[in-house]
Amino acid sequence: MDTKRTIFPNRVLPYLLLAPQLVITLVFFIWPAGQAVKSSFEREDPFGLSASFVGFQHYARLLKDPLYLDSLGRTAVFAVAVTALSMALGLALAVAVNRLVRSGRVYTTLLVWPYAVAPVIAGLLWWFLFNSTTGVLAYFLGQLGIRWDHNLNGTHAMILIVIAAAWKQVSYNFLFFLAGLQSVPHSLIEAAAIDGSGPVKRFFTIVLPLLSPTTFFLFIVNVNYTMFDTFAIVDATTAGGPAQATTILVYKVYNDGYLGLNLGSSSAQSVLLMLIVVVLTVIQFRYVERRVQY
Amino acid sequence: MVENRPFLTFLTHLVLVAGVVLVAFPVYVAFIASTHTREMLVGGMIPLLPGGHFIENYTQVLSASSAANGLPSYMLMALNSLGMALIITFGKIVISILSAFAIVYFRFRFRLLAFWIIFITLMLPVEVRIIPTYKVVADLGMLNSYPGLTVPLIASATATFLFRQFFMTVPDELMEAARVDGSGPLKFFRDILLPLSRTNIAALCVILFIYGWIQYLWPLLVTTDPGYYTLMMGLKRMVAVQDGEVQWHLVMAGAILAMLPPVLVVILMQRLFIRGLTETEK
Repeated sequence: MDTKRTIFPNRVLPYLLLAPQLVITLVFFIWPAGQAVKSSFEREDPFGLSASFVGFQHYARLLKDPLYLDSLGRTAVFAVAVTALSMALGLALAVAVNRLVRSGRVYTTLLVWPYAVAPVIAGLLWWFLFNSTTGVLAYFLGQLGIRWDHNLNGTHAMILIVIAAAWKQVSYNFLFFLAGLQSVPHSLIEAAAIDGSGPVKRFFTIVLPLLSPTTFFLFIVNVNYTMFDTFAIVDATTAGGPAQATTILVYKVYNDGYLGLNLGSSSAQSVLLMLIVVVLTVIQFRYVERRVQY
Repeated sequence: MVENRPFLTFLTHLVLVAGVVLVAFPVYVAFIASTHTREMLVGGMIPLLPGGHFIENYTQVLSASSAANGLPSYMLMALNSLGMALIITFGKIVISILSAFAIVYFRFRFRLLAFWIIFITLMLPVEVRIIPTYKVVADLGMLNSYPGLTVPLIASATATFLFRQFFMTVPDELMEAARVDGSGPLKFFRDILLPLSRTNIAALCVILFIYGWIQYLWPLLVTTDPGYYTLMMGLKRMVAVQDGEVQWHLVMAGAILAMLPPVLVVILMQRLFIRGLTETEK
């Protein structure tokens, strides 16, 4: 890791400068994470007075628990559906804006603001639209002969949270795709056009391959988003139901630990989630390091 | 644009208009709902044009008398959200610019270790370690307090990285000149580095304010005293009524109001917002 060529010779000051961040990190990040790992190997008595070491028992039980495996599968479905939907829409809109010279900025402004909408509000908005007594969309679906009811139908509930989560994420993907598109060299496009290839062919043979780093980065970020930031959407709309149909992993950690007080199992779930985040972050960071130039 | 094809341009606008409509539709419906009476909304036929109860509904949400279900007044929750967002923004920027300065401009033992400890926070969103973090905050007696709401969210690897990257691009000569002139590290930091970082700080402010404003899970865990409820929790509670109908017209008015501050920040500071976003998250 680099520093400057010349540095300030000072022995105490750097520690003082680092102290606030390190103290907060140790107290609120490292220590609790360590506690999670520790209690994932322990069983507490019902009053929380003593704990005994049980090894990998919680993990073994989790990996055999159909409820946990279901939740794992549902999280994967949810993550892939939200990522695919929001990235496809984001790319389509970015390609369109990139074609425009003058009006591009106006469209950008009209498209980016959902980033600032809180997930819980996004959930409430779509919940209202699909509400079986008052919702506009539920009403139209009813006219088409579809009886929409996310309170009873697990698939409907899943579709609801996928739409709400994707809606919020489109603007983010749009911005990054637009930045990626604008860094595609113009000369390449022009050369291909002179060679006689049309816009569609140019897009698939030149632009899309050049966008692949952005696409990869967005894929990782989106998976990360769907796994953690969507807690509020699930909690505000379906609360994990009906019959666990929308209990994604992060909701299950909260549900089992905070509401169910099954601390050992919840901790083991936390640790497994941390492993997933670590893998995603390492991949993301490798991408970052390659992109950043000093 | 390489060639001029009117049809493609038409298609482009069509895609974009469809995109804008799709993105705006839920908010439009929410706004419409917030201008009608409750009876209009549960009547079965949903209105698609604004009604005449805009002022009435919004005053009712904002007035203290609307507090129900053990909820504090809307204004108090808005103030809590604002306070939380501002403390997080300010705190994150201060601690991360200081630690980036230490990491880039000094060489000391444990430098690499410090770097990695900060880096790890990037990997541990509060969502994956909620129970133990809650326990630490409870043990420190910080439940139902502003420090409890904000301090655990303040450590930020991304902001530290942003400043570190930016400091690496600052020419070494500036610092050498400062040293020759006999200025110490703190003077250099205050008189040269800080002014140079102005745009980065501003861009980060935009992103971090939004981050703080939209927090949900953490306030839900640490606040049981309604006096510390934030808007996001309050809205959820307004919908989760046990008996009786949800006051959708008021919920939607509340949601529109809660959306306004961060959305305005994005629209008004678009340049800074995009800069902050693309530079922090990369």
